[in-house]
Amino acid sequence: MNTNKSVYDAPKQVSKSERHILTILVDNEPGVLARVVGMFSGRGYNIESLNVAEVSLNEHLSRITIVTEGTKEIIDQICNQLMRIVPVHSVNDLTEEGSSVEAEVALVLIIDESSAKKEIFRICDIYRARKIENENDNIIFEIAGTSERINSFIKDISEVGKIEIVRSGPVAISSKITKKDEE
Amino acid sequence: MSKELTGSEIVLKTLQDNGVEVIFGYPGGAVLPIYDTLFGQNSIRHILVRQEAGAVHAAEGYSRSSGKVGVVLVTSGPGATNIVTGLTDALMDSIPLVCITGQVPTHLIGSDAFQECDTTGITRPCTKHNYLVKDVNKLSSTIHEAFKIAKNGRPGPVVVDIPKDIQFAKGNYESLEDSKIKNHRVYKPQMTGDEKKIEEALHAIASAKKPIFYVGGGCINSGSSTSELLLKFIRLTGFPVTMTLMGLGAFPAGDKQSLGMLGMHGMYESNLAMHDCDVMINLGARFDDRVTGRLDAFSPNSIKIHIDIDSSSINKNVKVDIPIIGDMETVLKQMLKIWKNKNLSVNKISIDDWWKKIEKWKEIDCLKYTLSDEIIKPQYAIERLYELTRDRDTIITTEVGQHQMWAAQFYKFEKPKKWLTSGGLGTMGYGFPAAIGAQVANPESLVVDIAGESSVLMNIQEMSTAVQHKLPVKIFIINNEYMGMVRQWQELLHEGRYSESYMDSLPDFVKLAESFGAVGLRATKPKEVDDVIKEMISTDRTVIADIVVDKNENCFPMIQSGSAHNEMVLNKNQKQDEDSAKKGKILV
Repeated sequence: MNTNKSVYDAPKQVSKSERHILTILVDNEPGVLARVVGMFSGRGYNIESLNVAEVSLNEHLSRITIVTEGTKEIIDQICNQLMRIVPVHSVNDLTEEGSSVEAEVALVLIIDESSAKKEIFRICDIYRARKIENENDNIIFEIAGTSERINSFIKDISEVGKIEIVRSGPVAISSKITKKDEE
Repeated sequence: MSKELTGSEIVLKTLQDNGVEVIFGYPGGAVLPIYDTLFGQNSIRHILVRQEAGAVHAAEGYSRSSGKVGVVLVTSGPGATNIVTGLTDALMDSIPLVCITGQVPTHLIGSDAFQECDTTGITRPCTKHNYLVKDVNKLSSTIHEAFKIAKNGRPGPVVVDIPKDIQFAKGNYESLEDSKIKNHRVYKPQMTGDEKKIEEALHAIASAKKPIFYVGGGCINSGSSTSELLLKFIRLTGFPVTMTLMGLGAFPAGDKQSLGMLGMHGMYESNLAMHDCDVMINLGARFDDRVTGRLDAFSPNSIKIHIDIDSSSINKNVKVDIPIIGDMETVLKQMLKIWKNKNLSVNKISIDDWWKKIEKWKEIDCLKYTLSDEIIKPQYAIERLYELTRDRDTIITTEVGQHQMWAAQFYKFEKPKKWLTSGGLGTMGYGFPAAIGAQVANPESLVVDIAGESSVLMNIQEMSTAVQHKLPVKIFIINNEYMGMVRQWQELLHEGRYSESYMDSLPDFVKLAESFGAVGLRATKPKEVDDVIKEMISTDRTVIADIVVDKNENCFPMIQSGSAHNEMVLNKNQKQDEDSAKKGKILV
């Protein structure tokens, strides 16, 4: 057997910190979000974004999507700590598993002070942002897609007008059928 | 459907259904209905404590010495906040408890009502799970589930918060059997270990040249045959065994394969063997910082096998090579079976050489101390206590500090569940109420709380509990008039600036005992120690034995925080190098 597998033989390797998307299936009951969030804050992990909604009405299950950052060891520890929480059914690290699709929704209010409507609509067309309200100089667009796409839309659009943004944070799904809890 | 019961009747019936015989508690406004139901029955004994903290520690002592779930009943607000330390203690040391707390009526929740607090919010991070019951029809199933969660998997405390109106409301009772059918979907801990990993581990064990077993509290918390299986397997291998503070008793201390405790105040030979080993077999321990010392110098050349029921314990502090997730009893059975089927055997010649090396380390005699005729050495007092109680069925509890470490070093435990100490949280004031709980569970046993004079004052009010319930627990105070461990650290790391560690205005413990209706004894000279211990044992009442000891004695050997296992300090005259001492200051 190879003893080098132990981390202490090699000079301390600090593995790279990476962004991971975790998807957590929980019982939709009071306090469950506090348990999950409390684990993160109590043990000093970061939450970049968090999303939660019920996904199965008759079984009362909710899906929590959390974007976090850490080394592989930290992400493993986060997943294991999450599994200790009683109403947590499953934890999947979509980034680790690969082949997942993520999407985020943003609502962007643009105040067209410099009468650049044409340019605004041109940019929105490129990004396929949908106009959902247009009142005088105030236009609200909805855009969905990856976080990167939304970032770059916001960058471009903020150059033509004053903007206000609300973002949902990403949700993600594996393109494979994840093994559901038996039973 | 049977007739409807009130919420408080349901609580009691559910407890009875789960085999509860004893509750530790303290009444108050928000639990009055439950106390009213308790009044008219004889099947459950209620032990009235004098402060709620005492109730949780007593329930812990009860649970740890009996293997049953400890049950606590307290009121809302201050009742609930007073149990927080005990809950955290139980969570850290994996003790199964069910704590029922009263809550203000449902319609008042959130209004800052009298004695209201957010009990589930406050206790969420210090329990394994908790509930606020808002529907009387779910009360029985919730409590059944609470018991299941408390005792299965890695055990821990569970809080069930019950508003007063729910205690009065009428609803349906669901029996334990009915609730079993509707089994909780989620909570299914993994019991059986992965066979492939077990085989891999056994091959590593078979080819080991310098192995060591590192046994933790998981071997005590798992099923009742764990110790036997452990002994069987360890005997098969002939390997040395070291135990954590929590693991003491899982393997007989008197066995020739036992090296005793490891870690900060562990045995020299244990720590050196951990450092030099080539295969480490961690059975239900969690690589606590008091055990590992400096992490980057922890057992640098070993293959590490780690068996634990909690997957989050694996790779948390120390990266391991062969992780096995499962219940210790089950995995040991699997290991024994595979070991036999595969006809495996150990590398006898290398093991003999390894033992020779260990015997050399043993010659250092790391627990050596200088006896005196004039002044009682704390180690001597504990050694005498051990000699005079070893032939009885004795349960030892401790508070936290120097006396706790000396007890761990000098009291030899041959069986599990006889040693109850606050390991993870290090709660001063734990030992005395824990002794009360242990005595309730084991009325025939001799229960001794090896205490420090500072720790014991933290829950001294429980004297009243012990006397009221005629519990003949013994408090054996190692009295050095200091918070000994604090003083020791100040001497070693803060240039002897003894900031606030001297215990002034101490009570006269003999008079204190007498004022509660207990018996007080005192020894000030070494020659008095035996007589005091003998009298303490033969007195069938609560006793405080005040053993006045050397104020300046330090607890050695020791690995100062920030040092590695092979950098132990053996005695006073040996100084630690300055660099690691500086780092150690932070880590204390």
